[in-house]
Amino acid sequence: MNFSKSFRNTFLVILLSLIVSACATKKTTTTVEGQMQGDVYTGTDTVKYLADGVPDRVFFATNESILTTKSRDTLRKQANWLRENSSINVVVEGHADERGTREYNLALGERRANAAKDYLITYGISADRISVISYGKERPVDSGSNPLSWSKNRRSVTVKAN
Amino acid sequence: MIRIINLFFFIFFLLSAKAYSLIEIDITRGNLDPLPIAVSPLFQDDNSKRNSINELKIENVGSEISLVVENNLKISGLFNPLSKEAFLQKPDIAHLKPRFEDWALIKAQALITGKVTIEDKKLKVEFRLWDILAGREMMALAFTTVPSNWRRVGHIISDKVYERLTGEKGYFDTRIIYVSEEGPKTARVKKLAIMDQDGFNTKYLTLGNELVLTPRFNPTSQMVTYLSYFKNLPRVYLLDIETGTQEVVGDFPGMTFAPRFSPDGKKIIMSFAKDGNSDIYTMDLENRIVERITNHPSIDTSPSYSPDNRFITFNSDRSGFQQIYVMKSDGSNVKRISFGKGLYGTPVWSPRGDLIAFTKLHKGKFYIGVMRTDGSGERLLTENYYQEAPSWSPNGRVLIFYRETKSNDKGEGFSAKLWSIDLTGYNERQVQTETDASDPSWSSLLSN
Repeated sequence: MNFSKSFRNTFLVILLSLIVSACATKKTTTTVEGQMQGDVYTGTDTVKYLADGVPDRVFFATNESILTTKSRDTLRKQANWLRENSSINVVVEGHADERGTREYNLALGERRANAAKDYLITYGISADRISVISYGKERPVDSGSNPLSWSKNRRSVTVKAN
Repeated sequence: MIRIINLFFFIFFLLSAKAYSLIEIDITRGNLDPLPIAVSPLFQDDNSKRNSINELKIENVGSEISLVVENNLKISGLFNPLSKEAFLQKPDIAHLKPRFEDWALIKAQALITGKVTIEDKKLKVEFRLWDILAGREMMALAFTTVPSNWRRVGHIISDKVYERLTGEKGYFDTRIIYVSEEGPKTARVKKLAIMDQDGFNTKYLTLGNELVLTPRFNPTSQMVTYLSYFKNLPRVYLLDIETGTQEVVGDFPGMTFAPRFSPDGKKIIMSFAKDGNSDIYTMDLENRIVERITNHPSIDTSPSYSPDNRFITFNSDRSGFQQIYVMKSDGSNVKRISFGKGLYGTPVWSPRGDLIAFTKLHKGKFYIGVMRTDGSGERLLTENYYQEAPSWSPNGRVLIFYRETKSNDKGEGFSAKLWSIDLTGYNERQVQTETDASDPSWSSLLSN
């Protein structure tokens, strides 16, 4: 009897603490989820638009050049827009965050820009309408030194060339 | 821009260089007990003082030269220059024959004395190095040069003293080429800049109209190779510092970057990026022949030759992450040498051939370190929030690199500065620059 009561009390305490910590976890994940998934930026703070509903940039994970589902979606929109505006050529700029060596980041930016370019080509845009340039870590959009700032800077940006 | 040095060197009296002396400095380990040395102002007579004012607008160039020497010896970390206020003997008398007991009294173990004259637009300098404990002269030298070269005379004296007391070549008569930085992080203006190793005589070689990165000297220190975004086409350039002429290196249909000279000065080695892949190439500067050295779908960059031109070290992410590799200079026998925890980049072969300096990133910290050329004996010299790109002093005893500070969320508090550290891991210090600075490259010894 005595034993089961104390057991029940302990159980309640554990249950309560679980609920509290669950709330705490949920709260933090929602704020981060609004801006980042893994360490890929998913917000819209820095995004500009080539046309209505056509975002100009996609974001990458640290040291990666793999296109996320959202990035592929953005690039398909860019490809559609480029098909409708066949006189426009673009430059795809590749960028890295500040947490790598300068020379490696130049190569990484080039790799990211080409990942975006290749996807546009897959969706029917002629390679000679797309040039690439890497800026490595030389042209951040966000000058903070924190994971969110870095995630905004790991990007490729499609810019009108004419 | 760099004037060819009109320096006539004559040795009028030199004790056999390897003679036994009581004072010597071991520079192979951290020197926690720097040698007390007295640098007496170089004596100058009244006639020369007048000429000094006319020629250089400096009243006492002899005293100024001694300050250059004193500062060099101090920043080497191996010497402790004593306060001139304690000196008992006048410069001219001390130069003829020091009263050793007076200098021993202020605890000096070595003494530098000298004399300068300026006549007929020529600067004549003689100096002597004295061993106070043994009570004798260790070295005596004289130079003649143009008066405007007076700081270089101070550097050459420093090199001779360093060499006599440590048994190794000095590194004071050298220059640093680097990238000067100004403006906010999101719109940084970068210029090529060159200065004496002690931070004096800064000159800007570009105007800041286009982004420039990673300048590196050739072995004679008269040419520089660097990356420029001129016309928004990032390409490796070659710049002749004396004439100011520059040209694009090779004819590549894409970005070339991470350039360096081969130690014989005949080639430029660099990366070329095409279709998302960066490989290493060389171009022969004489016949312009381009050779592909690596051919791998990974990023291969930051190449650096061994001093005998037979090997190349570089970093590659072919293992999945950035690591350091060594190969023969024809691209064969590629071997990974870095196996520690973390990422490794920017390998640079020591001018002595036995070590490779690198940048390491591990758990959010950046390190400058050295390892043997087979990857063994890894030693981390300094840890910080961000630092990278070491460059060796010509004697292989000191590394210069750049360090950036963390910004707050508004981007405030950011700075980029040059720092140096001894191979021993001691004597870490900031190198003074007029502006923020990055990507330093150390020249060879200019007077040899």
